[in-house]
Amino acid sequence: MSAITGPLSEGEAAADAQRPWTSTLHEWAMTVDHKRLGIMYVLGGLVFFVVAGSEATLIRLQLIHSNNTLISPQLFNRLLTMHGTTMVFFVGIPIVFGFANYLVPLMIGARDLAFPRLNAFGFWLFLFGGLLLYFSFIAGDGLAGAGSAPDVGWFAYSPLAGRAFSRGHSTDFWTVGLLIAGIGTNATAINLVASVFTMRCPGMTLGRMPLFVWMMLVVSGMTLIILPPLTAAQIMLLFDRFLGSHFFDTQAGGSALLWQHFFWFFGHPEVYVLMVPGFGYVSEIIPVFSRKVIFGYAMVAAASVSIGFVALTTWAHHMFTVGLGAAPNALFVASTMLVGVPTGIKIFNWLATIYGGRIRFQVPMLFCLAFLFQFLCAGLTGIMLSVAPFDYQLHDSYFVVAHFHFVLIGGLLFTIFAAIYYWFPKVTGRMLSERLGRWHFWLLVLGFNLTFVTLHFVGFAGMPRRIYTYPADRGWDLLNTVATLGVPLQIAAVLCFVVNVVVSLRRGAVAGNDPWDAWTLEWGTTSPPPAYNFESIPIVHSRRPLWDLKHPEDPDGPHE
Amino acid sequence: MDPTSEEPAMSVASTTREIGDEALPSRGKVGVIALIACESSLLAVFVVAYLFYLGKSLSGPYPKDVLDFPLLGTIFLFTSSVTVVFAVRALRRGASSAGAGWLAATVLLGVGFLSRTAREWQRLIFHDGLTISTNLFGTTFYSLVGLHAGHVVVGLLMLTVILGCAVRGALRPSHAERVELVSWYWHFVDVVWFVVLTVVYVVGR
Repeated sequence: MSAITGPLSEGEAAADAQRPWTSTLHEWAMTVDHKRLGIMYVLGGLVFFVVAGSEATLIRLQLIHSNNTLISPQLFNRLLTMHGTTMVFFVGIPIVFGFANYLVPLMIGARDLAFPRLNAFGFWLFLFGGLLLYFSFIAGDGLAGAGSAPDVGWFAYSPLAGRAFSRGHSTDFWTVGLLIAGIGTNATAINLVASVFTMRCPGMTLGRMPLFVWMMLVVSGMTLIILPPLTAAQIMLLFDRFLGSHFFDTQAGGSALLWQHFFWFFGHPEVYVLMVPGFGYVSEIIPVFSRKVIFGYAMVAAASVSIGFVALTTWAHHMFTVGLGAAPNALFVASTMLVGVPTGIKIFNWLATIYGGRIRFQVPMLFCLAFLFQFLCAGLTGIMLSVAPFDYQLHDSYFVVAHFHFVLIGGLLFTIFAAIYYWFPKVTGRMLSERLGRWHFWLLVLGFNLTFVTLHFVGFAGMPRRIYTYPADRGWDLLNTVATLGVPLQIAAVLCFVVNVVVSLRRGAVAGNDPWDAWTLEWGTTSPPPAYNFESIPIVHSRRPLWDLKHPEDPDGPHE
Repeated sequence: MDPTSEEPAMSVASTTREIGDEALPSRGKVGVIALIACESSLLAVFVVAYLFYLGKSLSGPYPKDVLDFPLLGTIFLFTSSVTVVFAVRALRRGASSAGAGWLAATVLLGVGFLSRTAREWQRLIFHDGLTISTNLFGTTFYSLVGLHAGHVVVGLLMLTVILGCAVRGALRPSHAERVELVSWYWHFVDVVWFVVLTVVYVVGR
């Protein structure tokens, strides 16, 4: 073990504690270290998570009963837009890419990503893109008049987002903020692809990479193909709004539908860009907490790659109701159902990994187990919605809202929390509290399901999404009240998490290098790892290099 | 696989490291390929928009009235892809003055292409009255051709920086790979022009 650890000496640690905070700040602002950038990405994402969660809370409070006027309709539209935009671009993406930043070089036995400065560039573009978007709240009319935050939805459909209907600069904040952040995300995706292909340590063949690295390779590759079309569409929108071109100007023959095609060609694969890294965390955590190797390594990797390809062909299932015609609809029904197959394969792989294992029900595993159930539900409602005639009935209803929140909260957010509980000891050197973690877990499970299971039924009852309020005679009151009652539970859960992080940073149990008795390379170095990650570059002989080190009498190699 | 059979020497410093028999590719090359994939996706959307709006302009001028095949500019740009290859070869040999000459030729040809585009746009705007806001043809034409021209400008900036280094004698054979990466980008710009040429000046007319 000692061969690949590089402990910080006592003297260095003491010197570190005495420096003024400005010099620490300067160091973080100027850093090109993948670990620090990863931490900043995730922290930035969590801050935006709290902001966008507060926006969601206001939305739910406004909808708690019929004819409510808690907030103005204008503010409601702005909150709806900012909630969706923030959660996708400034919570999901930075957390997902932040984890990849931190973990990919450690997992492949490298000292940094391929292009460290490009990495820093990507992070700062993300951060300033987000700040530009939020500057809109105080720009224009200022806070009292709800500012000029974007109010055209996170999808900014045309012609609503065109200059005829969206006066002022609110839509421009959306366009430019996302364009800047998107360039940063692309830079990071290029970096990850290059790192995976060129920075692996000796012996780390593609077939021995941890599944998380495989999935980030797929995600980065997808990002390179899907994010530029959004950027292109946003450039067109800017041309429309500033230069008077007619891309999406229906008055001059432009097509509102083209925007939808471009947007969803990005928007649907984007869901997989967010979700597949979640699969990656689960594929690392479930084996360790079941004390077994992953079942069907090659199958999981291949399923991820096929998700990456099939996901590029499903975008128009967001557009069944716009009247594309029978043939295109049938095609997109088929491709959407097809993408369920590799996803289903993975679920079975994880179940088979758990089966017969000596399961440790610690907090990371709890989140993974809840993920399995909730993500299955999300997948099944997804298959329901992929059937075009069914979609005609429930399109733009709360059923769709419930479906994709099951994907992004029940699926993604739960895996993100699992990942935070799992890798926090590596990043900080301290364990998170199991007790608070369990409170966090159960409150979130209860609150989340109370809100979003209920919203399925609101959708069945016919309540359209994106509406400011509703009349009393529709019978939606009770279900909406129940859905909103789940919110305080979720807030309490997040508070448990925040307290847990703050307290554990100072008083958590010291983690040591390898608290979970895990097998991938990041656990072979110190917690936190030194700036150079590994004292000497490790040499790998199997998919579980640390197992080989711990059990020289029975290495993995011959079994693979 | 026998775990004791491979104990490769570790050479961390070089960009190309060995894993058993598998040599890892250079990170610059993979990075530029990824960048080109990303850029292709961006430009493809503008091509799709051009094709989608072909013949849908509500008023003139229409492509067949005002567009001439840009023969000279095309010759300039395609030739520059050849000269940049000679530049990389010369630099790799260590013939830096020949390399500088070929680089200068490449930059000149690129500028020649841009000046042809500028002439074309001047004629279209001031003679034919076609601007980006005139009709859908103007919208898609100027954005697609303009985006390509923007990429030419970026390529020219990079080539000019390299030319400056070469003239000052700072370019050594060890830099040849980096120059080659820029030349890959330049070839990509050429390929995009081939697509734009086909879509705008052949199919679209």
